[in-house]
Amino acid sequence: MYLILHMILTRLNISTARQEAFLLFLVFFLAATGCRGTDPNAVGGVMTVAGSTSVQPFAEKLAEEFMAEHPEYNINIQGGGSSAGVRAAQTGAAQIGMSSRNLKEKEKGLHERVIAYDGIAVIVHRDNPLEGLSKKEVAGIFAGDYANWKELGGSDGTIHFVAREEGSGTRGAFEKMVMEEREISLRALVQASNGAVREIIARDPGSIGYISLGLVDNRVKALSVDGARASRQDIMGGRYELVRPFLFLTQEEPEGTARTFIEFIMGPQGQELLSAEGLIPGE
Amino acid sequence: MSRVSPRELAIERILQAIAYSSIAILFIITFFIFKEGLPFIFREGLGEILGGVEWRPTKGQFGILPMVVGSLLVTGGALVIGVPLGLSCAIFLVEFSTPKVRRILKPAIELLAGIPSVVYGFLGVILLVPLIRVHLGGPGLSLLAGSIILGIMILPTIISISIDVLEAVPRSYREGSIALGATTTQTVSMVVLKAARSGIVTAVILGMGRAIGETMAVIMVTGNAVAAPGSVLDSIRTLTSNIGIELAYASGDHQEALFATGVVLFVMIMVLNLAASMTRRKRIR
Amino acid sequence: MKRLDPGVTQKIVRGILLSFTALTVSILVFIITYVLLKGLPVLGWEFLTKGAVDAGTSGGIFPFIVSTVFITVVALAIATPLGVGTAIYLTEYTRETIVTKVVRFAAECLAGIPSIILGLFGFITFVLFLKLGWSILSGALTLAIMILPTIIRTSEEAIISVPQNQRDVSTSLGGTRWQTVTRVVLPSALPGIVTGIMLSVGRCIGETAAVIFTAGSALPTPTSVFASGRTLAVHFYILATETDAFGMAYGTAAVLIIAILTINVMAYWMMHRIMRKFS
Repeated sequence: MYLILHMILTRLNISTARQEAFLLFLVFFLAATGCRGTDPNAVGGVMTVAGSTSVQPFAEKLAEEFMAEHPEYNINIQGGGSSAGVRAAQTGAAQIGMSSRNLKEKEKGLHERVIAYDGIAVIVHRDNPLEGLSKKEVAGIFAGDYANWKELGGSDGTIHFVAREEGSGTRGAFEKMVMEEREISLRALVQASNGAVREIIARDPGSIGYISLGLVDNRVKALSVDGARASRQDIMGGRYELVRPFLFLTQEEPEGTARTFIEFIMGPQGQELLSAEGLIPGE
Repeated sequence: MSRVSPRELAIERILQAIAYSSIAILFIITFFIFKEGLPFIFREGLGEILGGVEWRPTKGQFGILPMVVGSLLVTGGALVIGVPLGLSCAIFLVEFSTPKVRRILKPAIELLAGIPSVVYGFLGVILLVPLIRVHLGGPGLSLLAGSIILGIMILPTIISISIDVLEAVPRSYREGSIALGATTTQTVSMVVLKAARSGIVTAVILGMGRAIGETMAVIMVTGNAVAAPGSVLDSIRTLTSNIGIELAYASGDHQEALFATGVVLFVMIMVLNLAASMTRRKRIR
Repeated sequence: MKRLDPGVTQKIVRGILLSFTALTVSILVFIITYVLLKGLPVLGWEFLTKGAVDAGTSGGIFPFIVSTVFITVVALAIATPLGVGTAIYLTEYTRETIVTKVVRFAAECLAGIPSIILGLFGFITFVLFLKLGWSILSGALTLAIMILPTIIRTSEEAIISVPQNQRDVSTSLGGTRWQTVTRVVLPSALPGIVTGIMLSVGRCIGETAAVIFTAGSALPTPTSVFASGRTLAVHFYILATETDAFGMAYGTAAVLIIAILTINVMAYWMMHRIMRKFS
């Protein structure tokens, strides 16, 4: 093989040194291209999990721990949004699709597994004196009804409300459960991920936003809504209603790598990790 | 006339094909973007889209006027900041300082053009936004923040090209003016700048192109509210941010709407590039 | 209104210009110094060679360095033959015709396309249409389009500045056009071409918008061109917007800035050496 290539290249009057450089390059390139998507259902294959960016950080942590224990597996987590996750699962582009909302009618037909429940927390800056609001007030804030925190019993200051972008599963859930018939104002500040929303809230004392409960840390405060706290007890007790499922979707009953991974997640180790991260176990 | 061997001919043809690939690539890009975006524009109507003020793509409303306004305003703001600073810098370096200083500073400034835009955006969020929020009001994430950051980002472009343009003005112009008794300032304002005018316009247009096309830094500091601003302290969203924020999640109509946004942006930038080419050619002639 | 003495005007104007210049230079210097000051302490052997932990918020940035190098190398592998080939064709093989003008115009237009549009195009074409998915390859193809105009332009300039007599000598010795190109012109033009490549490397390293929608943001080290990978710039963006892991962010930014500045400085130094050769 090499000899044939060598003969052809000599014909083209390319010096031996250059030939070697070229071959080196070829070898590198071929090695780099590697094996295209090995069968994910075979042991030790690469598996792609794609979809909701709300689920993503948790899936990444799960994958990290899973791969630490089983280094022969290679799990690839991608974002793209819940809708993209559903489509990826339907088309097989990903072995597992992630969704942070329930499937719509026309999306039914996939195998669904609830790996956890996630609360949607309404958060404000740590120093905001308010402890809770009614759902109607929250909806009013995001619809643009209030200009100043004073109007809600807080301290004097303009309200800066931050939403997720259109198409986000978190935003969709928030709109359905909190806004109901009302629209989020066009003047809302928008950030492209829950993490980004949290960062804004953590820095701006006059801000308010909604993020995944699992992402709340000690730099922001989760308000109670209609008297119910955004805590595990209140969620499990059914008092805090802003809850949505984190779904892992597969075309059929999961097999091979997908099955092993999902079993890991549903097992004690996985569920403990998710609990520690602030999610509610998918019981 | 030597015989051209078939191998030589083959090589020539290959190179020709490679050269045409640039045209092919440009064509493919234009084709794809328009293919995805135009049907949408025709379906919804250009007037509805360009003139509409409500962007709620998941509910069927696709007005991008606030974003067009946002792009234009933030670019205008960037020019307001970048052109005076940049031009002053260029004029000072060429007319009022020595070639040695220039030889150090000009490459140094050009190097700064290599700093990734996300770093500018980050510093904007950490340092500039809180400053605006605390001392001027509003959320800090604003048109003002975007203009300042973009203005700084286009400085290297404006300075570098302006320096080249000013240096290209023949020395005889300046010497003639000084010989007539004018001060350097008078020379610069009445002679040199006039001679360099079209080149400077090119520099500004290129800076404008860079500002309109910037995405990451803008997403980070402008707040991305989908409403036209009432003041420089209000949040805005640009056409580029619109695509950048929602592309990953969009599907169906929403995705096509984003391509339509891309089409509008593409057309705007092409017009700018053409304008820049034309002024550049005018100078040579 | 009394006209000011021109000497006074001169002093005032000079003062204003000087202060604006000082302001400009200090802003630009501040940016680099601030990032390096905050980021250099984070750098270390561990940081550069260890993998990322906790979804990238601690640990090291090794996988991202790999992704960045990987995607840049592949992008160059694609763009360099195309770019240099185009430059060779335009300068050595044809006269100035409408066609060559169109090719140059197309390259100029490509150069003006904002990176988000390239990202959009790459997403639709490579990730979805060609079903390459989020991958190093999708990202590299997109980056290749982005740097192609730069390579064409610098290669052209480099090739044109090769003195004509060198070519004539080769032809008079019986060399074919291609032989002249490969054995005489290209070696002479190599420094200029390499300069263009280095500038392009700088751009690839710093690019975010075009990469995040095509190469994705997967955390593990990519093992093949078909795997997704997170480049340094993308990692920095995610750290900067979604986390408060500022230490890591500054460290990543410091690596980025040092790499880009070093490469650009080398490119400039090369350009100076070439210019000196010809003057």
